[in-house]
Amino acid sequence: MTQPSQTTTPGPRAAGSAAAGTATGAFLEVRNLSVKFPTDDGVVSAVNGMDFTLERGQTLGIVGESGSGKSVTSQALMGLLKGTSAQVTGQALFQGKDLVTLPEAGMRQLRGRNIGMIFQDPLSALHPFYTVGHQIAEAYLVHNKASKKQARAAAVDMLGRVGIPSPDMRFDEYPHHFSGGMRQRAMIAMALICEPELLIADEPTTALDVTVQAQILDLMSELQQETNSALILITHDLGVVAEVCDDVLVMYGGQCVESGPVDGIFYDTRHPYTLGLLKSMPTLTTKSGRLNPIPGQPPSLLALPHGCIFSARCEYAALAGDGVCESQRPQFTTEDGHGSRCHLSSEQILTIRNSR
Amino acid sequence: MIRFILRRTGSLFLLLVAVSFITFTLFQFGPADPASAACGQECTPERVQEARVALGMDQPFLVQYVDYMRGLISSRMIGAPGAESLCQWPCLGKSFQTNENVSDIIARSLPYTFSMAIGALVLWTLSGVGLGLLAALRKGSPTDKFIVGAASVGVSLPIPVTGLFLLLVFVNQFHLLPFTTNEINSPFGPQGPWAWVLNYLLPWIALAVLFSASYIRVTRTNMIETFGEDFIRTARAKGLAPRTVTFKHGVRAGITPVVTMLGMDIGLLLGGAVLTEQIFSVPGLGFTAVRAAISGDLPVTMAITMLAAFFVIVANVVVDLAYAAIDPRVRLQ
Repeated sequence: MTQPSQTTTPGPRAAGSAAAGTATGAFLEVRNLSVKFPTDDGVVSAVNGMDFTLERGQTLGIVGESGSGKSVTSQALMGLLKGTSAQVTGQALFQGKDLVTLPEAGMRQLRGRNIGMIFQDPLSALHPFYTVGHQIAEAYLVHNKASKKQARAAAVDMLGRVGIPSPDMRFDEYPHHFSGGMRQRAMIAMALICEPELLIADEPTTALDVTVQAQILDLMSELQQETNSALILITHDLGVVAEVCDDVLVMYGGQCVESGPVDGIFYDTRHPYTLGLLKSMPTLTTKSGRLNPIPGQPPSLLALPHGCIFSARCEYAALAGDGVCESQRPQFTTEDGHGSRCHLSSEQILTIRNSR
Repeated sequence: MIRFILRRTGSLFLLLVAVSFITFTLFQFGPADPASAACGQECTPERVQEARVALGMDQPFLVQYVDYMRGLISSRMIGAPGAESLCQWPCLGKSFQTNENVSDIIARSLPYTFSMAIGALVLWTLSGVGLGLLAALRKGSPTDKFIVGAASVGVSLPIPVTGLFLLLVFVNQFHLLPFTTNEINSPFGPQGPWAWVLNYLLPWIALAVLFSASYIRVTRTNMIETFGEDFIRTARAKGLAPRTVTFKHGVRAGITPVVTMLGMDIGLLLGGAVLTEQIFSVPGLGFTAVRAAISGDLPVTMAITMLAAFFVIVANVVVDLAYAAIDPRVRLQ
């Protein structure tokens, strides 16, 4: 399936991409990615300077509240914002190609074939008027010179691989005949039929019940290992992140506030927002029946605060002193591959963490 | 499927009986006096009474209605005792005015109405859906604003205005088109299809301006909504060509309300476009119906009313069938 032009061997190709601004030759390297939407009320800054890299075989979890810019980031990577009013700036180098500047026609070649996407809520993401099999075969036919018969065979095979029983029969059924979990399996089959090297899953388990969630996550991990693809998992469920991700990126107000390896995020947390997220997770051992939400509202993306975007909701903003949290945007500082965007010193963070 | 059609045919009959009864009743209690009209200007009361008997209007109201309905099932005799004549099945009665078989009058008028409806339908569907789609694809652009503006103007122009304007410009001033003639009522006639097109072009345009305006609005609104759906994003994420996304995934999902409108409008139009037929002097069903109503010609009025109702109901059934064909979630039972 893999075509010679798409092999990921670094070296000669890395030299070509050096001209575009990178010499690292990472599989996916996102630099200073920003997305703004001009609206009648002003400019909505949905994503503000995202940086991250991803290698094949790795899973990156992007975590954040609703409106933190998770989905917009993924749509910018897929080029789905092209042709809309959105202003996308920065770089997103995918195997040396900048997804931000790539024209729609070139992007279309990558979509589905090199970058696959799984959406939240498969009922609305699947077309209600076409059979599930037709929609999967269609995805295969766009990128492969194949007959309808071959496409059907490929789709039936893929439906079987994602664990749909009697796939040959289910091929001709419509999305409304499928259960929620089956629909998401079909969605995955559609995203993976061309064996993309990068898979973006935008809240793939949000609309599903918990038992089905685990099955879907296992399935995605399994298929990822089979094809050695890279996976970006967008979610607000920290439990899901702990289970499947290698690296985690925590988003708040369109910015990355903390990123690093999964263990670091959970056990060596460095940002008060991440601490708040972890604290808000219900556990079986919690005695009181109440949840611990982070007080306050996410910032308006129309007018972001000058200082730290999280400062208004941060219980420790006073610790940094001099009102620096309100007046200055903190830099993103990295230590041992684990970075955060906070004015507090690591000693202060340690004290906070230990006091809980 | 078969059950669906049977059930709908059943309700079709019930509806036609209801429509015929209401029309008959309205006529009975209305101001029309067909007997004196048929008798002429100078008429003695005796002559009027003779005419009344000849028309069958001396009978009680319900007897008249049952007689009329019987003719729909079998042939019947019509006329004054001693001067009866046979009215072949399906007997829609005889015109009070000309004593002609109503079925002959209908058969003569229908081709004109069909000619007008078909061309106008094609014209307004193509322009309405096409422009509506274009506006939706270019949402917010000057093209969109122009189309929406033109649609607002179009929808507020009544047929007498557009019709007379078209006649004034194209026929009176510049002689680009002939005035509509009664000699052409089919594209298969001796003058050929081109003459047919030219003959009906102005009424088609007049109707299309009015109808396509609302089609533009409905198409635009629905397509904008559909293009915002998740499944359109999925289609793009697969790497499908923009044309495939727009037409195969977008239009098929967003077009259903237009199909509904189309069904209703075809039904209405086949019942006769009264104003348009008047302005362009096309002797179709609408034209005939107006004359019949004014002169108190009950059988003709009845027949055209029932035919119009029939077209509307059949169009509704066709819309339901079309829905099932477009949307697999719709099951007919």
